[in-house]
Amino acid sequence: MALMMREPARSMGRAPAPAADRAAAIELRNVVRRFVTPDGRSLTALRDFDMTVRRGEFCAVVGPTGCGKSTTLTLVAGLARPSEGEVRVMGAPVAGIDPRIGFVFQQDATFPWKNVLDNVVAGPLFRGQPKRAALDLAREWIRRVGLAGFEKHYPHQLSGGMRKRVALAQTFINGPEILLMDEPFSALDVQTRILMQGELLKLWSEGQASVVFVTHDLDEAIALADRVFVLTAGPATVKAVYDIDLPRPRVTSEIRYHPRFVELSKTIWQDLRDEVLISYQRAQKAAE
Amino acid sequence: MATTQSLERSESRTPTPTIQPAIAAQMRRRRWLVNGLRVGLLVVFLGGWELAARLGWIDPFFFAMPSQIALQIWEWVNEGTSQGPLWQQVLVTLEETVLGFLIGAVLGILCGVALGRNRLLADVFSIYIKIANSIPRVVLGSIFIISLGLGMASKVALAVVMVFFVVFGNAFQGVREADRNLIANARILGASSRQVTTAVVIPSALSWIIASLHVSFGFALVGAVVGEFLGSRQGIGLLIATAQGTFNAAGVFAAMIVLAIVALIAESLITLLENTLIKWRPAQLAETGF
Repeated sequence: MALMMREPARSMGRAPAPAADRAAAIELRNVVRRFVTPDGRSLTALRDFDMTVRRGEFCAVVGPTGCGKSTTLTLVAGLARPSEGEVRVMGAPVAGIDPRIGFVFQQDATFPWKNVLDNVVAGPLFRGQPKRAALDLAREWIRRVGLAGFEKHYPHQLSGGMRKRVALAQTFINGPEILLMDEPFSALDVQTRILMQGELLKLWSEGQASVVFVTHDLDEAIALADRVFVLTAGPATVKAVYDIDLPRPRVTSEIRYHPRFVELSKTIWQDLRDEVLISYQRAQKAAE
Repeated sequence: MATTQSLERSESRTPTPTIQPAIAAQMRRRRWLVNGLRVGLLVVFLGGWELAARLGWIDPFFFAMPSQIALQIWEWVNEGTSQGPLWQQVLVTLEETVLGFLIGAVLGILCGVALGRNRLLADVFSIYIKIANSIPRVVLGSIFIISLGLGMASKVALAVVMVFFVVFGNAFQGVREADRNLIANARILGASSRQVTTAVVIPSALSWIIASLHVSFGFALVGAVVGEFLGSRQGIGLLIATAQGTFNAAGVFAAMIVLAIVALIAESLITLLENTLIKWRPAQLAETGF
Protein backbone atom coordinates (compact mmCIF):
# COMPACT_ATOMS: atom_id res chain seq x y z
CA MET A 1 0.00 0.00 0.00
CA ALA A 2 1.49 3.29 -1.03
CA LEU A 3 1.56 5.62 1.90
CA MET A 4 2.13 8.71 -0.15
CA MET A 5 0.14 11.71 0.85
CA ARG A 6 0.39 14.89 -1.06
CA GLU A 7 0.83 18.02 0.96
CA PRO A 8 -2.54 19.77 0.93
CA ALA A 9 -2.57 21.81 -2.24
CA ARG A 10 -3.39 25.31 -1.14
CA SER A 11 -5.46 27.11 -3.68
CA MET A 12 -3.38 29.84 -5.22
CA GLY A 13 -6.23 32.28 -5.68
CA ARG A 14 -6.26 33.79 -9.13
CA ALA A 15 -3.67 31.64 -10.86
CA PRO A 16 -3.54 31.97 -14.65
CA ALA A 17 -5.95 29.43 -16.14
CA PRO A 18 -4.04 26.47 -17.57
CA ALA A 19 -4.99 24.98 -20.92
CA ALA A 20 -7.88 22.51 -20.89
CA ASP A 21 -6.70 19.24 -19.42
CA ARG A 22 -7.36 16.27 -21.69
CA ALA A 23 -7.62 13.81 -18.83
CA ALA A 24 -10.01 16.02 -16.89
CA ALA A 25 -13.69 15.16 -16.70
CA ILE A 26 -14.63 18.34 -14.88
CA GLU A 27 -12.74 21.60 -14.56
CA LEU A 28 -13.73 24.73 -12.70
CA ARG A 29 -11.41 27.69 -13.31
CA ASN A 30 -11.54 30.85 -11.19
CA VAL A 31 -15.26 30.41 -10.83
CA VAL A 32 -17.32 33.03 -9.02
CA ARG A 33 -21.01 32.53 -8.41
CA ARG A 34 -23.15 35.33 -7.04
CA PHE A 35 -26.82 35.32 -6.18
CA VAL A 36 -29.16 38.26 -6.04
CA THR A 37 -31.18 38.13 -2.84
CA PRO A 38 -34.90 39.06 -2.93
CA ASP A 39 -34.11 42.48 -1.43
CA GLY A 40 -31.70 43.18 -4.29
CA ARG A 41 -28.33 42.55 -2.59
CA SER A 42 -25.62 40.45 -4.15
CA LEU A 43 -24.50 37.35 -2.27
CA THR A 44 -21.33 35.46 -3.19
CA ALA A 45 -21.55 31.68 -2.85
CA LEU A 46 -18.30 30.72 -4.60
CA ARG A 47 -15.11 32.75 -5.13
CA ASP A 48 -11.84 31.95 -6.93
CA PHE A 49 -12.98 28.37 -7.18
CA ASP A 50 -10.59 25.94 -8.87
CA MET A 51 -11.22 22.24 -9.08
CA THR A 52 -10.28 19.45 -11.45
CA VAL A 53 -11.81 15.99 -11.45
CA ARG A 54 -9.98 13.38 -13.51
CA ARG A 55 -11.83 10.84 -15.65
CA GLY A 56 -13.02 7.89 -13.64
CA GLU A 57 -12.11 9.55 -10.38
CA PHE A 58 -14.31 9.62 -7.27
CA CYS A 59 -14.05 13.03 -5.64
CA ALA A 60 -15.74 14.09 -2.45
CA VAL A 61 -16.39 17.69 -1.47
CA VAL A 62 -16.72 18.51 2.22
CA GLY A 63 -17.31 21.85 3.84
CA PRO A 64 -19.35 23.58 6.50
CA THR A 65 -23.13 23.67 6.15
CA GLY A 66 -24.39 26.24 3.67
CA CYS A 67 -20.95 27.15 2.33
CA GLY A 68 -21.83 26.60 -1.33
CA LYS A 69 -21.02 22.92 -1.85
CA SER A 70 -24.20 22.26 -3.77
CA THR A 71 -23.67 25.34 -5.93
CA THR A 72 -20.62 23.69 -7.52
CA LEU A 73 -22.81 20.78 -8.60
CA THR A 74 -25.51 22.96 -10.14
CA LEU A 75 -22.79 24.75 -12.14
CA VAL A 76 -21.34 21.49 -13.46
CA ALA A 77 -24.83 20.13 -14.20
CA GLY A 78 -25.68 23.21 -16.25
CA LEU A 79 -28.61 24.09 -13.99
CA ALA A 80 -26.89 27.41 -13.23
CA ARG A 81 -24.18 29.54 -14.86
CA PRO A 82 -21.05 30.93 -13.22
CA SER A 83 -20.97 34.71 -12.73
CA GLU A 84 -17.28 34.69 -13.62
CA GLY A 85 -14.76 32.05 -14.65
CA GLU A 86 -15.20 28.89 -16.63
CA VAL A 87 -16.74 25.46 -16.09
CA ARG A 88 -15.68 22.71 -18.51
CA VAL A 89 -17.05 19.20 -18.78
CA MET A 90 -15.12 16.62 -20.81
CA GLY A 91 -13.00 19.44 -22.23
CA ALA A 92 -15.87 21.60 -23.48
CA PRO A 93 -17.47 24.58 -21.75
CA VAL A 94 -20.82 23.82 -20.11
CA ALA A 95 -23.74 25.09 -22.16
CA GLY A 96 -27.03 23.88 -20.77
CA ILE A 97 -27.73 20.43 -19.41
CA ASP A 98 -25.28 17.80 -20.64
CA PRO A 99 -26.82 14.38 -21.37
CA ARG A 100 -23.67 12.67 -20.09
CA ILE A 101 -24.34 13.91 -16.57
CA GLY A 102 -26.32 12.16 -13.87
CA PHE A 103 -27.48 13.90 -10.68
CA VAL A 104 -28.65 12.36 -7.42
CA PHE A 105 -30.45 14.85 -5.20
CA GLN A 106 -30.43 15.26 -1.46
CA GLN A 107 -34.20 15.22 -1.15
CA ASP A 108 -36.44 12.64 -2.70
CA ALA A 109 -36.63 13.42 -6.38
CA THR A 110 -38.48 10.28 -7.46
CA PHE A 111 -41.79 11.09 -9.12
CA PRO A 112 -44.47 10.21 -6.55
CA TRP A 113 -47.15 9.57 -9.20
CA LYS A 114 -45.03 7.01 -11.04
CA ASN A 115 -44.36 3.49 -9.81
CA VAL A 116 -40.81 2.18 -9.50
CA LEU A 117 -40.66 0.90 -13.07
CA ASP A 118 -42.01 4.13 -14.56
CA ASN A 119 -39.61 6.15 -12.43
CA VAL A 120 -36.58 4.20 -13.57
CA VAL A 121 -37.65 4.14 -17.22
CA ALA A 122 -38.28 7.90 -17.26
CA GLY A 123 -34.79 8.89 -18.41
CA PRO A 124 -34.55 6.59 -21.45
CA LEU A 125 -38.10 7.53 -22.49
CA PHE A 126 -37.35 11.27 -22.15
CA ARG A 127 -34.35 10.64 -24.38
CA GLY A 128 -36.53 9.00 -27.02
CA GLN A 129 -35.51 5.35 -26.65
CA PRO A 130 -38.01 2.77 -27.95
CA LYS A 131 -40.38 1.81 -25.16
CA ARG A 132 -39.80 -1.94 -25.15
CA ALA A 133 -36.01 -1.71 -24.98
CA ALA A 134 -36.25 0.99 -22.32
CA LEU A 135 -38.54 -1.15 -20.17
CA ASP A 136 -36.21 -4.14 -20.43
CA LEU A 137 -33.29 -1.96 -19.43
CA ALA A 138 -35.28 -0.51 -16.52
CA ARG A 139 -36.16 -3.98 -15.20
CA GLU A 140 -32.48 -4.90 -15.39
CA TRP A 141 -31.49 -1.82 -13.36
CA ILE A 142 -34.24 -2.38 -10.81
CA ARG A 143 -32.81 -5.85 -10.32
CA ARG A 144 -29.28 -4.51 -10.01
CA VAL A 145 -30.20 -2.11 -7.23
CA GLY A 146 -32.00 -4.95 -5.44
CA LEU A 147 -35.61 -3.85 -5.98
CA ALA A 148 -36.81 -6.79 -8.11
CA GLY A 149 -40.45 -7.46 -7.25
CA PHE A 150 -41.14 -3.82 -6.37
CA GLU A 151 -41.72 -2.61 -9.96
CA LYS A 152 -45.37 -1.75 -9.33
CA HIS A 153 -44.85 -0.07 -5.96
CA TYR A 154 -45.24 3.69 -5.63
CA PRO A 155 -42.54 5.70 -3.84
CA HIS A 156 -44.74 6.33 -0.79
CA GLN A 157 -44.95 2.56 -0.29
CA LEU A 158 -41.16 2.26 -0.04
CA SER A 159 -38.69 3.03 2.74
CA GLY A 160 -36.23 5.93 2.45
CA GLY A 161 -33.39 3.58 1.54
CA MET A 162 -35.47 1.89 -1.15
CA ARG A 163 -36.43 5.26 -2.60
CA LYS A 164 -32.72 6.09 -2.80
CA ARG A 165 -32.19 2.83 -4.68
CA VAL A 166 -34.86 3.96 -7.14
CA ALA A 167 -33.04 7.29 -7.51
CA LEU A 168 -29.75 5.47 -8.15
CA ALA A 169 -31.30 3.18 -10.78
CA GLN A 170 -33.02 6.21 -12.35
CA THR A 171 -29.64 7.93 -12.69
CA PHE A 172 -27.44 4.96 -13.59
CA ILE A 173 -29.78 3.72 -16.33
CA ASN A 174 -28.73 6.72 -18.46
CA GLY A 175 -25.12 5.53 -18.26
CA PRO A 176 -23.74 8.86 -17.01
CA GLU A 177 -20.06 9.57 -17.58
CA ILE A 178 -20.22 12.15 -14.83
CA LEU A 179 -22.14 11.54 -11.66
CA LEU A 180 -22.99 14.44 -9.38
CA MET A 181 -24.30 13.60 -5.94
CA ASP A 182 -25.64 16.23 -3.56
CA GLU A 183 -25.59 14.76 -0.04
CA PRO A 184 -27.60 11.84 -1.40
CA PHE A 185 -27.62 9.76 1.77
CA SER A 186 -27.91 12.50 4.39
CA ALA A 187 -31.60 11.83 5.05
CA LEU A 188 -31.04 8.12 5.73
CA ASP A 189 -30.40 6.48 9.08
CA VAL A 190 -26.80 5.46 9.77
CA GLN A 191 -27.13 1.73 9.00
CA THR A 192 -28.99 2.30 5.75
CA ARG A 193 -26.49 4.97 4.81
CA ILE A 194 -23.55 2.56 5.13
CA LEU A 195 -25.41 -0.03 3.03
CA MET A 196 -26.16 2.53 0.36
CA GLN A 197 -22.53 3.70 0.32
CA GLY A 198 -21.48 0.13 -0.41
CA GLU A 199 -24.15 -0.11 -3.09
CA LEU A 200 -22.90 3.09 -4.70
CA LEU A 201 -19.27 1.93 -4.74
CA LYS A 202 -20.34 -1.33 -6.34
CA LEU A 203 -22.33 0.43 -9.09
CA TRP A 204 -19.52 2.95 -9.62
CA SER A 205 -16.82 0.26 -9.92
CA GLU A 206 -18.87 -1.44 -12.66
CA GLY A 207 -18.78 1.70 -14.83
CA GLN A 208 -16.25 4.41 -15.57
CA ALA A 209 -18.08 7.43 -14.24
CA SER A 210 -16.30 10.39 -12.69
CA VAL A 211 -18.03 11.29 -9.46
CA VAL A 212 -18.39 14.48 -7.45
CA PHE A 213 -19.94 13.57 -4.13
CA VAL A 214 -20.92 16.49 -1.92
CA THR A 215 -21.34 15.69 1.76
CA HIS A 216 -20.98 17.26 5.17
CA ASP A 217 -19.94 13.89 6.60
CA LEU A 218 -16.14 13.64 6.54
CA ASP A 219 -16.09 9.88 7.27
CA GLU A 220 -18.41 9.28 4.33
CA ALA A 221 -16.13 11.35 2.10
CA ILE A 222 -13.01 9.41 3.11
CA ALA A 223 -14.73 6.02 2.89
CA LEU A 224 -15.87 6.64 -0.68
CA ALA A 225 -13.47 8.96 -2.44
CA ASP A 226 -10.08 8.96 -4.20
CA ARG A 227 -9.67 12.62 -3.33
CA VAL A 228 -11.34 14.87 -0.81
CA PHE A 229 -11.76 18.62 -1.41
CA VAL A 230 -12.14 20.69 1.74
CA LEU A 231 -13.98 23.97 1.20
CA THR A 232 -13.79 27.12 3.29
CA ALA A 233 -16.75 28.71 5.01
CA GLY A 234 -18.87 30.68 2.52
CA PRO A 235 -18.10 32.25 0.11
CA ALA A 236 -16.51 28.90 -0.61
CA THR A 237 -13.18 28.25 -2.21
CA VAL A 238 -11.02 25.13 -2.12
CA LYS A 239 -8.99 25.14 1.07
CA ALA A 240 -7.13 21.88 0.59
CA VAL A 241 -7.18 18.66 -1.42
CA TYR A 242 -6.29 15.27 0.11
CA ASP A 243 -5.47 12.04 -1.69
CA ILE A 244 -7.18 9.10 -0.05
CA ASP A 245 -4.79 6.20 -0.53
CA LEU A 246 -7.00 3.54 1.00
CA PRO A 247 -7.05 0.27 -0.96
CA ARG A 248 -9.98 -0.62 -3.23
CA PRO A 249 -12.33 -2.38 -3.33
CA ARG A 250 -13.43 -0.95 -0.01
CA VAL A 251 -15.98 -2.34 2.40
CA THR A 252 -17.70 0.80 3.67
CA SER A 253 -18.83 -0.79 6.92
CA GLU A 254 -15.26 -1.78 7.87
CA ILE A 255 -13.00 0.76 6.23
CA ARG A 256 -13.49 3.20 9.08
CA TYR A 257 -11.47 0.93 11.40
CA HIS A 258 -8.52 0.96 9.04
CA PRO A 259 -5.56 2.74 10.77
CA ARG A 260 -4.93 4.85 7.68
CA PHE A 261 -8.58 5.92 7.68
CA VAL A 262 -8.31 7.14 11.25
CA GLU A 263 -5.12 8.99 10.43
CA LEU A 264 -6.63 10.69 7.38
CA SER A 265 -9.79 11.52 9.24
CA LYS A 266 -7.79 13.27 11.99
CA THR A 267 -5.67 15.25 9.53
CA ILE A 268 -8.55 16.43 7.38
CA TRP A 269 -10.72 17.24 10.38
CA GLN A 270 -8.02 19.66 11.63
CA ASP A 271 -8.53 21.59 8.42
CA LEU A 272 -12.28 21.30 8.29
CA ARG A 273 -12.85 22.18 11.95
CA ASP A 274 -11.65 25.78 11.58
CA GLU A 275 -14.08 26.38 8.73
CA VAL A 276 -16.94 24.75 10.56
CA LEU A 277 -16.26 27.01 13.56
CA ILE A 278 -16.21 30.14 11.40
CA SER A 279 -19.45 29.11 9.76
CA TYR A 280 -21.07 28.32 13.11
CA GLN A 281 -20.04 31.63 14.66
CA ARG A 282 -21.45 33.51 11.67
CA ALA A 283 -24.72 31.67 11.92
CA GLN A 284 -24.91 32.55 15.62
CA LYS A 285 -24.20 36.20 14.90
CA ALA A 286 -26.86 36.24 12.20
CA ALA A 287 -29.38 34.78 14.64
CA GLU A 288 -28.74 37.49 17.25
CA MET B 1 -30.79 -7.96 -1.69
CA ALA B 2 -30.83 -8.94 1.95
CA THR B 3 -32.25 -5.58 2.98
CA THR B 4 -34.97 -5.72 0.38
CA GLN B 5 -36.19 -9.08 1.59
CA SER B 6 -36.27 -8.03 5.20
CA LEU B 7 -38.22 -4.92 4.26
CA GLU B 8 -40.70 -7.01 2.38
CA ARG B 9 -41.23 -9.15 5.46
CA SER B 10 -41.83 -6.21 7.73
CA GLU B 11 -44.34 -4.79 5.25
CA SER B 12 -46.57 -7.84 5.27
CA ARG B 13 -46.76 -7.84 9.07
CA THR B 14 -50.38 -7.97 10.24
CA PRO B 15 -51.96 -7.92 13.70
CA THR B 16 -52.26 -11.29 15.41
CA PRO B 17 -55.40 -13.28 14.46
CA THR B 18 -57.02 -12.92 17.90
CA ILE B 19 -57.08 -9.14 17.71
CA GLN B 20 -58.34 -8.95 14.11
CA PRO B 21 -62.03 -9.93 14.67
CA ALA B 22 -62.26 -7.60 17.66
CA ILE B 23 -61.08 -4.66 15.56
CA ALA B 24 -63.54 -5.60 12.82
CA ALA B 25 -66.41 -5.79 15.30
CA GLN B 26 -65.48 -2.45 16.78
CA MET B 27 -65.42 -0.84 13.35
CA ARG B 28 -68.77 -2.37 12.46
CA ARG B 29 -70.36 -1.05 15.67
CA ARG B 30 -69.03 2.40 14.94
CA ARG B 31 -70.38 2.36 11.40
CA TRP B 32 -73.82 1.37 12.71
CA LEU B 33 -73.71 4.14 15.30
CA VAL B 34 -72.78 6.79 12.71
CA ASN B 35 -75.40 5.66 10.20
CA GLY B 36 -78.06 5.37 12.91
CA LEU B 37 -77.37 8.90 14.13
CA ARG B 38 -77.50 10.20 10.56
CA VAL B 39 -80.91 8.67 9.91
CA GLY B 40 -82.13 9.81 13.31
CA LEU B 41 -81.12 13.39 12.63
CA LEU B 42 -82.98 13.36 9.29
CA VAL B 43 -86.13 11.94 10.87
CA VAL B 44 -86.10 14.54 13.64
CA PHE B 45 -85.55 17.38 11.17
CA LEU B 46 -88.21 16.35 8.61
CA GLY B 47 -90.64 15.20 11.32
CA GLY B 48 -90.21 18.48 13.19
CA TRP B 49 -90.81 20.47 10.03
CA GLU B 50 -93.92 18.47 9.12
CA LEU B 51 -95.24 18.69 12.67
CA ALA B 52 -94.56 22.41 12.98
CA ALA B 53 -96.38 23.05 9.72
CA ARG B 54 -99.36 20.86 10.63
CA LEU B 55 -99.67 22.36 14.10
CA GLY B 56 -99.60 25.81 12.54
CA TRP B 57 -96.34 26.98 14.19
CA ILE B 58 -95.05 27.87 10.74
CA ASP B 59 -97.19 28.75 7.74
CA PRO B 60 -97.05 25.88 5.19
CA PHE B 61 -97.98 28.39 2.48
CA PHE B 62 -94.60 30.09 2.82
CA PHE B 63 -92.44 27.29 4.12
CA ALA B 64 -94.17 24.24 2.61
CA MET B 65 -93.82 20.89 4.39
CA PRO B 66 -92.03 17.64 3.59
CA SER B 67 -95.18 15.78 2.58
CA GLN B 68 -96.17 18.57 0.17
CA ILE B 69 -92.69 18.59 -1.35
CA ALA B 70 -92.74 14.81 -1.77
CA LEU B 71 -96.15 15.07 -3.39
CA GLN B 72 -94.89 17.77 -5.76
CA ILE B 73 -91.94 15.62 -6.85
CA TRP B 74 -94.30 12.63 -7.28
CA GLU B 75 -96.58 14.75 -9.44
CA TRP B 76 -93.69 16.03 -11.57
CA VAL B 77 -92.34 12.54 -12.07
CA ASN B 78 -95.71 11.00 -12.97
CA GLU B 79 -97.61 13.79 -14.68
CA GLY B 80 -94.81 16.04 -15.82
CA THR B 81 -94.33 19.72 -15.10
CA SER B 82 -96.14 22.68 -16.63
CA GLN B 83 -93.30 22.97 -19.17
CA GLY B 84 -92.94 19.29 -20.08
CA PRO B 85 -91.71 16.07 -18.48
CA LEU B 86 -89.38 16.42 -15.48
CA TRP B 87 -86.58 14.32 -16.99
CA GLN B 88 -86.45 16.73 -19.91
CA GLN B 89 -85.98 19.70 -17.57
CA VAL B 90 -83.24 17.84 -15.71
CA LEU B 91 -81.58 16.90 -18.98
CA VAL B 92 -81.57 20.47 -20.27
CA THR B 93 -80.05 21.84 -17.08
CA LEU B 94 -77.59 18.98 -16.92
CA GLU B 95 -76.51 19.54 -20.52
CA GLU B 96 -75.89 23.22 -19.88
CA THR B 97 -74.03 22.44 -16.68
CA VAL B 98 -71.81 19.71 -18.11
CA LEU B 99 -71.00 21.72 -21.24
CA GLY B 100 -70.16 24.80 -19.19
CA PHE B 101 -68.18 22.71 -16.72
CA LEU B 102 -66.11 20.99 -19.39
CA ILE B 103 -65.38 24.13 -21.40
CA GLY B 104 -64.60 26.15 -18.29
CA ALA B 105 -62.41 23.44 -16.78
CA VAL B 106 -60.42 22.84 -19.95
CA LEU B 107 -59.91 26.58 -20.51
CA GLY B 108 -59.00 27.04 -16.86
CA ILE B 109 -56.44 24.23 -16.91
CA LEU B 110 -54.89 25.41 -20.18
CA CYS B 111 -54.59 29.02 -19.04
CA GLY B 112 -53.45 28.04 -15.55
CA VAL B 113 -50.68 25.79 -16.85
CA ALA B 114 -49.60 28.32 -19.50
CA LEU B 115 -49.39 31.18 -17.02
CA GLY B 116 -47.90 29.00 -14.32
CA ARG B 117 -45.06 27.93 -16.61
CA ASN B 118 -44.35 31.40 -18.00
CA ARG B 119 -43.31 34.07 -15.51
CA LEU B 120 -43.71 37.00 -17.91
CA LEU B 121 -47.23 36.00 -18.94
CA ALA B 122 -48.11 35.51 -15.29
CA ASP B 123 -46.80 38.94 -14.28
CA VAL B 124 -48.63 40.67 -17.14
CA PHE B 125 -51.98 38.93 -16.78
CA SER B 126 -52.19 38.53 -13.00
CA ILE B 127 -53.61 42.02 -12.44
CA TYR B 128 -56.40 41.56 -14.99
CA ILE B 129 -57.31 38.17 -13.67
CA LYS B 130 -57.56 39.62 -10.17
CA ILE B 131 -59.90 42.34 -11.45
CA ALA B 132 -62.01 39.90 -13.47
CA ASN B 133 -62.21 37.58 -10.49
CA SER B 134 -63.54 40.33 -8.22
CA ILE B 135 -66.51 41.06 -10.51
CA PRO B 136 -69.67 39.34 -9.27
CA ARG B 137 -69.93 37.04 -12.24
CA VAL B 138 -73.60 36.16 -11.88
CA VAL B 139 -74.38 39.66 -13.16
CA LEU B 140 -72.81 38.64 -16.46
CA GLY B 141 -75.83 36.33 -16.84
CA SER B 142 -77.95 39.33 -17.88
CA ILE B 143 -75.39 40.31 -20.53
CA PHE B 144 -75.33 36.76 -21.88
CA ILE B 145 -79.13 36.61 -22.06
CA ILE B 146 -79.13 39.86 -24.02
CA SER B 147 -76.35 38.88 -26.40
CA LEU B 148 -76.81 35.10 -26.72
CA GLY B 149 -80.57 34.87 -26.35
CA LEU B 150 -82.88 32.66 -24.32
CA GLY B 151 -81.42 29.40 -25.61
CA MET B 152 -78.76 27.13 -24.23
CA ALA B 153 -75.72 29.25 -25.22
CA SER B 154 -76.31 31.97 -22.63
CA LYS B 155 -76.53 29.41 -19.77
CA VAL B 156 -73.43 27.56 -20.94
CA ALA B 157 -71.55 30.85 -21.14
CA LEU B 158 -72.51 31.77 -17.59
CA ALA B 159 -71.49 28.31 -16.33
CA VAL B 160 -68.15 28.62 -18.16
CA VAL B 161 -67.43 31.95 -16.51
CA MET B 162 -68.35 30.54 -13.10
CA VAL B 163 -66.07 27.51 -13.53
CA PHE B 164 -63.13 29.07 -15.33
CA PHE B 165 -61.75 31.25 -12.54
CA VAL B 166 -61.88 28.56 -9.87
CA VAL B 167 -60.12 25.97 -12.03
CA PHE B 168 -57.69 28.52 -13.42
CA GLY B 169 -56.67 29.71 -9.96
CA ASN B 170 -56.01 26.20 -8.72
CA ALA B 171 -54.21 25.03 -11.85
CA PHE B 172 -51.98 28.11 -11.70
CA GLN B 173 -51.21 27.59 -8.02
CA GLY B 174 -50.62 23.86 -8.55
CA VAL B 175 -48.15 24.51 -11.35
CA ARG B 176 -46.34 27.11 -9.26
CA GLU B 177 -46.07 24.71 -6.32
CA ALA B 178 -44.51 21.94 -8.44
CA ASP B 179 -41.40 20.70 -6.66
CA ARG B 180 -38.30 22.40 -8.12
CA ASN B 181 -36.24 19.32 -7.35
CA LEU B 182 -38.53 17.10 -9.39
CA ILE B 183 -38.30 19.54 -12.30
CA ALA B 184 -34.50 19.67 -12.07
CA ASN B 185 -34.39 15.88 -11.86
CA ALA B 186 -36.55 15.48 -14.96
CA ARG B 187 -34.42 17.98 -16.89
CA ILE B 188 -31.21 16.16 -16.02
CA LEU B 189 -32.80 12.80 -16.89
CA GLY B 190 -33.28 14.29 -20.35
CA ALA B 191 -36.76 15.82 -20.40
CA SER B 192 -37.45 18.64 -22.85
CA SER B 193 -39.38 21.67 -21.68
CA ARG B 194 -42.61 20.16 -23.00
CA GLN B 195 -41.88 16.83 -21.35
CA VAL B 196 -41.28 18.64 -18.05
CA THR B 197 -44.75 20.16 -18.37
CA THR B 198 -46.53 16.92 -19.25
CA ALA B 199 -44.54 14.50 -17.08
CA VAL B 200 -43.88 16.59 -13.98
CA VAL B 201 -45.79 19.86 -13.77
CA ILE B 202 -49.27 18.66 -14.75
CA PRO B 203 -49.21 15.48 -12.63
CA SER B 204 -48.08 17.42 -9.59
CA ALA B 205 -50.73 20.10 -10.20
CA LEU B 206 -53.38 17.42 -10.64
CA SER B 207 -54.43 17.18 -7.00
CA TRP B 208 -54.96 20.96 -6.95
CA ILE B 209 -56.92 20.84 -10.20
CA ILE B 210 -59.16 18.01 -9.06
CA ALA B 211 -59.84 19.74 -5.77
CA SER B 212 -61.13 22.68 -7.81
CA LEU B 213 -63.30 20.41 -9.98
CA HIS B 214 -65.28 19.36 -6.90
CA VAL B 215 -66.21 22.95 -6.14
CA SER B 216 -66.60 24.09 -9.70
CA PHE B 217 -69.21 21.54 -10.76
CA GLY B 218 -71.44 23.12 -8.15
CA PHE B 219 -70.60 26.52 -9.61
CA ALA B 220 -71.47 25.32 -13.10
CA LEU B 221 -74.83 24.18 -11.81
CA VAL B 222 -75.41 27.57 -10.17
CA GLY B 223 -74.47 29.28 -13.45
CA ALA B 224 -76.89 27.18 -15.48
CA VAL B 225 -79.78 27.54 -13.02
CA VAL B 226 -79.32 31.28 -12.54
CA GLY B 227 -79.15 31.65 -16.31
CA GLU B 228 -82.44 29.79 -16.66
CA PHE B 229 -83.87 31.82 -13.85
CA LEU B 230 -83.02 35.06 -15.66
CA GLY B 231 -84.69 33.97 -18.85
CA SER B 232 -85.27 30.67 -20.62
CA ARG B 233 -87.82 28.30 -22.10
CA GLN B 234 -86.76 25.11 -20.32
CA GLY B 235 -84.81 23.76 -17.37
CA ILE B 236 -84.96 23.49 -13.61
CA GLY B 237 -84.17 27.17 -13.17
CA LEU B 238 -87.35 28.02 -15.07
CA LEU B 239 -89.24 25.49 -12.92
CA ILE B 240 -88.09 27.41 -9.84
CA ALA B 241 -88.97 30.74 -11.42
CA THR B 242 -92.46 29.45 -12.30
CA ALA B 243 -92.99 28.05 -8.81
CA GLN B 244 -91.89 31.36 -7.33
CA GLY B 245 -94.30 33.23 -9.62
CA THR B 246 -97.23 31.13 -8.41
CA PHE B 247 -96.21 31.28 -4.73
CA ASN B 248 -95.63 27.53 -4.79
CA ALA B 249 -93.06 27.08 -1.99
CA ALA B 250 -93.24 23.29 -2.27
CA GLY B 251 -92.34 23.59 -5.94
CA VAL B 252 -89.19 25.62 -5.14
CA PHE B 253 -88.10 23.09 -2.54
CA ALA B 254 -88.85 20.18 -4.87
CA ALA B 255 -86.73 21.72 -7.62
CA MET B 256 -83.98 22.26 -5.07
CA ILE B 257 -84.03 18.59 -4.12
CA VAL B 258 -83.87 17.53 -7.76
CA LEU B 259 -80.84 19.80 -8.19
CA ALA B 260 -79.21 18.39 -5.07
CA ILE B 261 -79.58 14.84 -6.39
CA VAL B 262 -77.97 15.86 -9.69
CA ALA B 263 -75.10 17.56 -7.84
CA LEU B 264 -74.53 14.56 -5.57
CA ILE B 265 -74.34 12.15 -8.51
CA ALA B 266 -71.87 14.45 -10.29
CA GLU B 267 -69.81 14.78 -7.12
CA SER B 268 -69.49 11.02 -6.76
CA LEU B 269 -68.46 10.76 -10.43
CA ILE B 270 -65.70 13.32 -9.84
CA THR B 271 -64.53 11.43 -6.76
CA LEU B 272 -64.37 8.31 -8.91
CA LEU B 273 -62.26 10.20 -11.45
CA GLU B 274 -60.04 11.48 -8.67
CA ASN B 275 -59.43 7.99 -7.30
CA THR B 276 -58.39 6.65 -10.68
CA LEU B 277 -56.18 9.64 -11.54
CA ILE B 278 -54.46 10.03 -8.17
CA LYS B 279 -54.12 6.42 -7.13
CA TRP B 280 -50.46 7.00 -6.27
CA ARG B 281 -51.40 9.06 -3.23
CA PRO B 282 -50.81 7.40 0.15
CA ALA B 283 -54.00 5.97 1.63
CA GLN B 284 -55.29 7.39 4.91
CA LEU B 285 -54.46 5.01 7.73
CA ALA B 286 -57.40 5.60 10.04
CA GLU B 287 -60.49 6.17 7.96
CA THR B 288 -63.26 7.76 9.93
CA GLY B 289 -66.79 8.73 8.96
CA PHE B 290 -67.53 7.53 5.46
